[in-house]
Amino acid sequence: MELTDKHHPLARRPFEQDRETTRPLLARPGSEASFLFLARFIIASALLVLLVLVGSVVYDGFSRLSLSFLTSFPSRKAENAGILAAWTGSAWLLFLTIIFALPLGVGAAVYLEEYAKKSRATRLIELCIANLAGVPSVIYGLLGLQVFVRALSFERSVLSGSLTLALLVLPIIIMASREALRTVPKGYREGALALGATRWQTTWTQVLPVALPGIATGCILAFSRAIGETAPLITLGALTYVAQVPDSMFAPFTALPIQAFNWLSRPQPEFHVNAAAAITVLLSFMIALNLIAMVLRSKFQRRQR
Amino acid sequence: MQSTTVSDVQTTTGDTTARASSHEVKIEIRDVELFYGSYQALHGINLAIPAGQVTAFIGPSGCGKSTLLRSINRMNDLIDGVTIRGSIQIDGHDIYAPGVDLIELRKRVGMVFQKSNPFPKSIFDNVAYGPRIHGITNREALEEIVSKSLTRADLWREVRDRLYSSALDLSGGQQQRLCIARALAVNPDVLLMDEPASALDPRSTSKIEDLIGELRSDYTIVIVTHNMQQAARVSDSTAFFYEGQLIEHGATKQLFTKPREKQTEDYITGRFG
Repeated sequence: MELTDKHHPLARRPFEQDRETTRPLLARPGSEASFLFLARFIIASALLVLLVLVGSVVYDGFSRLSLSFLTSFPSRKAENAGILAAWTGSAWLLFLTIIFALPLGVGAAVYLEEYAKKSRATRLIELCIANLAGVPSVIYGLLGLQVFVRALSFERSVLSGSLTLALLVLPIIIMASREALRTVPKGYREGALALGATRWQTTWTQVLPVALPGIATGCILAFSRAIGETAPLITLGALTYVAQVPDSMFAPFTALPIQAFNWLSRPQPEFHVNAAAAITVLLSFMIALNLIAMVLRSKFQRRQR
Repeated sequence: MQSTTVSDVQTTTGDTTARASSHEVKIEIRDVELFYGSYQALHGINLAIPAGQVTAFIGPSGCGKSTLLRSINRMNDLIDGVTIRGSIQIDGHDIYAPGVDLIELRKRVGMVFQKSNPFPKSIFDNVAYGPRIHGITNREALEEIVSKSLTRADLWREVRDRLYSSALDLSGGQQQRLCIARALAVNPDVLLMDEPASALDPRSTSKIEDLIGELRSDYTIVIVTHNMQQAARVSDSTAFFYEGQLIEHGATKQLFTKPREKQTEDYITGRFG
């Protein structure tokens, strides 16, 4: 069929018009190269900053790293001080935060993505969650202080700390999980439902397994943020000098970033070395968490193939 | 059980009339109107779909044929803001009546989608998924269902040696036949097919069409298709939709050779759509 409309995308163009349309194509390689350069430059500078930061911390703290550093309580003498109370406190916090935030966060995401009708109320909830993710962590500390420490009288315990951190990471977990759930193809849901599966069966047997790597990645990132948080715990009134390993949820605690913060605020340079060493431990912990996330992800992806 | 005969399918061609009207009505669609929010997608559809036959829905894109198909197993329920009026009866039971068990309905009314959607699991697990969620755990029973369903879907010979490898490694046509096998595994009596071959190459398409021919005696099949030759090849009766209205429903032979309506004729002769 002859196309009479010459503006039709498939219409034959006269020669001049052809040249006109090819000009932007020729212009592209230059901008392409400069964009590529810009992208590489940004990546390189980001990596460089990170490398310098990590490198200087590790360089400063390396001399203090030893088994006794990990197994000693804090002390007035810098060379005797260790992080036993701090890292066990952090481990407790992490463990309890996961227990509180993971089921709640993933559950909320599943509800919002798989069950809730798109109404004004759900849109309001979504807006609130997005805003909560942006609230400064100190505010969560104040909330935790008022609600968990005072009103519920959990005192300055591991429980109060981890509940506060759970609130802090909840919006992040919900948003990351929803994102992961949204990437699950609609066909899996329809296929299962058309076979007579209930919504719950569809979610549990089809949607969640596919979304799991994404959810796991988001959650691990959220939890590695939680163990690095200092401000809310300090606002909460977490102690800086603790000479015991927390033995229950209600025990007083300190955490790695608090210990580092405390040592850094002292005038003696020996304590700054201790702080660097504590941060090195925290960093390696976070790297380990992220490695676990990567391994999990590749494992799940292989199983799904 | 209701035993109305199809009065709609009165035609001039003697043999097709005889064949069409000798069948009981499986699905009775009465005055169905469907809205997406305030947009009306279906206008007063009345249609009787005979049992044990292949009924094709044809019409241009957006004419409501897929919407109507998805109303028959209530898949439209999943879309927010859909309201439906009128009634759809299967074997005389209104599927939109309050208290209808959606799970039971969808067990009886299987569906195959336009884009083949095997689960990211093994071939075996795909076919066994339906029986499993309906409570069959016995390994031998599952194996029997899987081999039977795959045989029915004409896929058994191709996959029997790799039942436990991923369904996603199959070719497009095989994936679609796997989806048919999966639907058959829950033992439905109606099979809805939403453009099942539109994404397939001609050879895979003809395999699917052959399969529809083999399944027609045991299932009531409703197929939505864009391809009029396909409708003509596989179906016993055809319904033509245009802008949310059912324009004409009749025996396929009659509809394609002597359409009653001008719009149908224009469409099947390629004057529009």
